[in-house]
Amino acid sequence: MKKLLTGNSAISLGVMLCRAEVISAYPITPQTTIVEELSEIVADGRLKAKFIRVESEHSAMACVAAASAAGARVFTASSSHGLAYMHEMLHWTSGTRLPVVMVNANRSIGSPWNIWCDHSDSLSQRDTGWVQFYCQSAQEALDTVIQAFKIAEEVLLPVMVLEDGFFLSHTSEVVDVPEQKAVDAFLPPFKPRFKLSPEEPHTFNIMADPSMFINFKHEAQQAMNQAKKVIARVDREFKTHFGRGYGYTGNVRMTDADVVLLTMGTAASTALEVIDAFRKQGKKVGLCRLRMFRPFPSEEVGRLLGKVKKVAVLDRDNSLGAGGIVAQELKAALYGAVKKPRIFEFIAGLGGRDITPQDIGEIFNYAMSHSDSNGVPVWMGVAK
Amino acid sequence: MDGGREVKGIEVQAKELLDEYLHSGHGACPGCAMPVVLRTLFHALGEKTIAVITAGCFGTISGTYPVSPIKIPAYNTPFPSAGAAGSGIRAALDAKGDTETTVVAVAGDGGTFDIGIQAISAAAERNDDYIFLCYDNEAYMNTGIQRSSATPWGAWTTTTPPSELKAQPKKDIVQIMAAHHVPYVATTSVAYPDDFIRKIRKAKETRGFKFIYTFSPCPVGWRFPSEITIRLARLAVQTKVFPLYEVEDGERYALSVEPEGTPVSEYLKPQGRFNFLREGDMERIQENVDREWERLMRRF
Repeated sequence: MKKLLTGNSAISLGVMLCRAEVISAYPITPQTTIVEELSEIVADGRLKAKFIRVESEHSAMACVAAASAAGARVFTASSSHGLAYMHEMLHWTSGTRLPVVMVNANRSIGSPWNIWCDHSDSLSQRDTGWVQFYCQSAQEALDTVIQAFKIAEEVLLPVMVLEDGFFLSHTSEVVDVPEQKAVDAFLPPFKPRFKLSPEEPHTFNIMADPSMFINFKHEAQQAMNQAKKVIARVDREFKTHFGRGYGYTGNVRMTDADVVLLTMGTAASTALEVIDAFRKQGKKVGLCRLRMFRPFPSEEVGRLLGKVKKVAVLDRDNSLGAGGIVAQELKAALYGAVKKPRIFEFIAGLGGRDITPQDIGEIFNYAMSHSDSNGVPVWMGVAK
Repeated sequence: MDGGREVKGIEVQAKELLDEYLHSGHGACPGCAMPVVLRTLFHALGEKTIAVITAGCFGTISGTYPVSPIKIPAYNTPFPSAGAAGSGIRAALDAKGDTETTVVAVAGDGGTFDIGIQAISAAAERNDDYIFLCYDNEAYMNTGIQRSSATPWGAWTTTTPPSELKAQPKKDIVQIMAAHHVPYVATTSVAYPDDFIRKIRKAKETRGFKFIYTFSPCPVGWRFPSEITIRLARLAVQTKVFPLYEVEDGERYALSVEPEGTPVSEYLKPQGRFNFLREGDMERIQENVDREWERLMRRF
């Protein structure tokens, strides 16, 4: 059924359709309306779930992780400082190999205080062992939540679904909400191989000494490698069931492009307008929207961008002392490629600053008019 | 010394704890009260139990992969989160229709009084249906005897050296938890196993949040010979240092054991951690214990 929904509302309905059994969360802008709506959905009986209103994000993740270990399908949502507060638990959850699904509404991290969108919150959790998907639309956010449970429960790794705070979480668009029956057919109930059960007692997360610890981490790495294949397969199955698929990346007019913009999240939608305008002027520009950040699709991105002359990376984040995180990852992925594009790096849209069509036009023009970058990111919109 | 004294009310002998869920291979130090705490706890709860373990002595006692000495399902969770993990497991069981299995979260004084109190207070406020058991050995023993907010006044620890002994009394965790008006709060001691078992069974039969506070003498951290653990636990009760009582719904108080009022010095002297007390400190501690006792009695 088609509905006019905000990103947060689409996600809430997605969680309902996935029949999550335990939900626990703590309010934080701009994620809050997800858990408000889920509270209503649980309260009015549309979803038979236990909703635990915890006192912190650390407890939210601890609570759903433990519930997952006890065999329940679980969900939480957070943002920014809340995600940072969960940091220890994010490692713990992937270490325990629990299929927790979380939505994070991307928001900057203070100080200074700022409640608006950038990607520094989730990108600073990139090493916690979670699969990460960055969404462009409310439809994609809903669909990715459904895919996320299927992926997580197969590979036993947690999945983080990212949506741009306010730009996606609080704006409305027409969303095709799948039927419950269709989701049930796609996503069977969660049947864990191991769970906390008096019938078959196990001790979870016992001490692993130096002779064993590395094995646990190696197995998790293998699961993350396997996740890449599972993610592709689940996306294909999803397309068969629902007619929509997303891939690791969203590629627009890349084959003949002189300059490709690589970015994540809703800035891609703005870029599409600019690309149309530039193409009308005969300027060959294209887009590679990175949807899957973990596992990082190194091979695929290398294959896609190896033929391109120039790639402009638009980072909505910055690692102090190192530059944009997406650019760093891309450069590492391309290091071994036979043919490499010139990489131009841009830092923009921090703390919710609009990334306008003019900004993206400037980025394209900069890349087109420079033969090489000096390796230093260009910061967009810094007041002089 | 009370070794020759007849102690009333002890009917359970260690060999009678037939339902054993803690086995050999655990990592407890010689003389540690925790194996007795855990055996008593699990015996009283039975096999339909899921335990939450957090950082602390129990985390170490619970073994090293691939061996576990615990025969019931158990889940380790990071230090601040035992309170939240207990709620999560309860919720998952309820969601699956399992109302029979008991969830018990076990944390030390650090994981309860200090880093864990936020999540525990929240679970108590929500009145989530599980048992939270705090074993108090009065310092961060697992990391090597650092002071916690459960360390008593005047005690030596590795972070309260002789020239700067703990200068604050311990936090009154039982009153804090009772102030949440949860259905059941009780204190227990390994020196009184029948009382311990009765209270755990009562907690198991009570719906809502239950807080069990148990005293866990630590030979390593308190500097006493490992064979007097149970005697010290009994002395703590008899000197009124650790009163055994229950609180229902935050208001109905009941005393479980009437202490003899043994002088506190008998409890303090065998412990090396109190070797650095200055003149008059014993009396000061005695006065404080008497004052706390009177304050507690006003609630009965």
